[in-house]
Amino acid sequence: MANQNQHEKLEAPAAAADRAVPIFEMRGVYKSFGPLQVLRGVDLAVQAGESLVILGGSGSGKSVTLKILIGLLRPDRGEVYFHGRRIDNLPERELVQIRRRIGFVFQMGALFDSMSVAENVAFPLREHSDYEEEKIQQIVLEKLRSVGLEDTAGKYPTEISGGQRKRVAIARALATDPEVVFLDEPTTGLDPIRADVMNELVIKLRDDLHVTVVAVTHDMTSAFKIAERMVMLYDGQLIIDGTPEQVRRSTDPRVREFVEGRASFEDMEAIRTRR
Amino acid sequence: MAMAVRSNLYMLGTRSLDKMEGFGQFCVFVGRTFRLISSIFSDRGLQTLAPQAFMIGVQSVPVLLITGLFVGMVLAVQTVEQFQSIGLEERMGSIVNLAVLRELGPVLASIMLAGRVGGALTAELGTMRVTEQIDALRAMGTDPIRYLVVPRFVSCLLLTPVLTAYSDLMASIGGWYITVQIYGVQSYPYWKYAGQSIEWWDFATGALKSLLFGGAIGLVSCYKGFTCRPGAEGVGRATTEAFVASFMAILVLDFFSSVLMQALYRGIWGFKSAF
Repeated sequence: MANQNQHEKLEAPAAAADRAVPIFEMRGVYKSFGPLQVLRGVDLAVQAGESLVILGGSGSGKSVTLKILIGLLRPDRGEVYFHGRRIDNLPERELVQIRRRIGFVFQMGALFDSMSVAENVAFPLREHSDYEEEKIQQIVLEKLRSVGLEDTAGKYPTEISGGQRKRVAIARALATDPEVVFLDEPTTGLDPIRADVMNELVIKLRDDLHVTVVAVTHDMTSAFKIAERMVMLYDGQLIIDGTPEQVRRSTDPRVREFVEGRASFEDMEAIRTRR
Repeated sequence: MAMAVRSNLYMLGTRSLDKMEGFGQFCVFVGRTFRLISSIFSDRGLQTLAPQAFMIGVQSVPVLLITGLFVGMVLAVQTVEQFQSIGLEERMGSIVNLAVLRELGPVLASIMLAGRVGGALTAELGTMRVTEQIDALRAMGTDPIRYLVVPRFVSCLLLTPVLTAYSDLMASIGGWYITVQIYGVQSYPYWKYAGQSIEWWDFATGALKSLLFGGAIGLVSCYKGFTCRPGAEGVGRATTEAFVASFMAILVLDFFSSVLMQALYRGIWGFKSAF
């Protein structure tokens, strides 16, 4: 059984030796919100081209980790790097240049209510490119087609389903052909069929478009389907880092409970003894 | 007893520090807005300005006209009999128009705008905040203050004086209607004495006040939306706080601008009676 106080790093030694500079890297990151300490000394590297899934229970700091990586939140302590350049201490206007090279898909999509689906997808192109309107419309249609939603171009976010909103959000994130796409709980709130459609989209991003994917989720079916590498946050620290197969075979009881979807002994006792 | 006193002092101190910190953050917000104001002159900036100008300006005209009409009528109703008792009812034009131009017009029109426009801005931006749309803008490399706040602030700043002018005109007509049509005062003296007593300085005073009030409404409403707490309750509370804070700002700015304009006038031209 792995020592519970150790981060279980399960990489093959040969692969570790070949590592180039990671696209994103967190070193010794701490983050608190008032008295609640969410991250306690997290070290995490995101390699180019990989599909990384960050696991963890509700409130474990998964979304906070994503937001710290792209500078939406600042760490209390520690450092964040993008292509080897430190970014956690950059002013907001300098982070803008970095964010134009990434795509971020928020948990509920975060589409702009006042704009149509096509206008949402066109937004980053209108803001950051010199393309003519015709070219922008062409790209918008192409991105919507890639997520199977070219027919919704004229609709507004309130007129489409939750699953469709998430797919439009992916199309918007891909509009500027980013190097990395971050997905915050991509399958939350979706039925099993729509969730699998989302999984297939993420696999397509990875395999066909060769985009680096970082997804946070507590949906184990989705995680095992899309991940090439998995890490898990528990009590503010990473407790495992390995391939999906290595995570599945982990003997750490905290990992086992999460992977198997099993309540802990303490939780079960609390439920049984409650009147 | 000593514990209770210490506890109350501690609470007072903590709240005072929180308020000061909040005011400091507001000043930073105002500074960033002013630093980005030149962005409104770009093509993209003008595209974001137009819909705001329509919502804040054009759509407020009917309610401001009604506000002005009733302000003028109420002012006339409250004062005409008193002036009739001392044989000065023909001077009603001076009183109504001076009071409206210098004071009642800008203040009451701005309070109406704080409720109508300010509440809408806070609710809109607050909803965007709680649904992560503002974070989505930042994640796409767009400065949310440039994109959301600057067009709304500029629209409030420039259109409040215009709307106040419409309101003042209706107030003058409302005052005329009550004085002349209801109380039987001659129409010619009403307009003659109005014309004699009003100077361009009165227009300037009204315009300066409404400019300051409009700017305050824009900044306070946008700030409250940007900093609202999560959930429907947070948005609702922010909307209420925005109106109260805008109202207080209008009262304070009114006092200091009145003192300033009066002191300047007296310094340049000396005291002038309205009679």
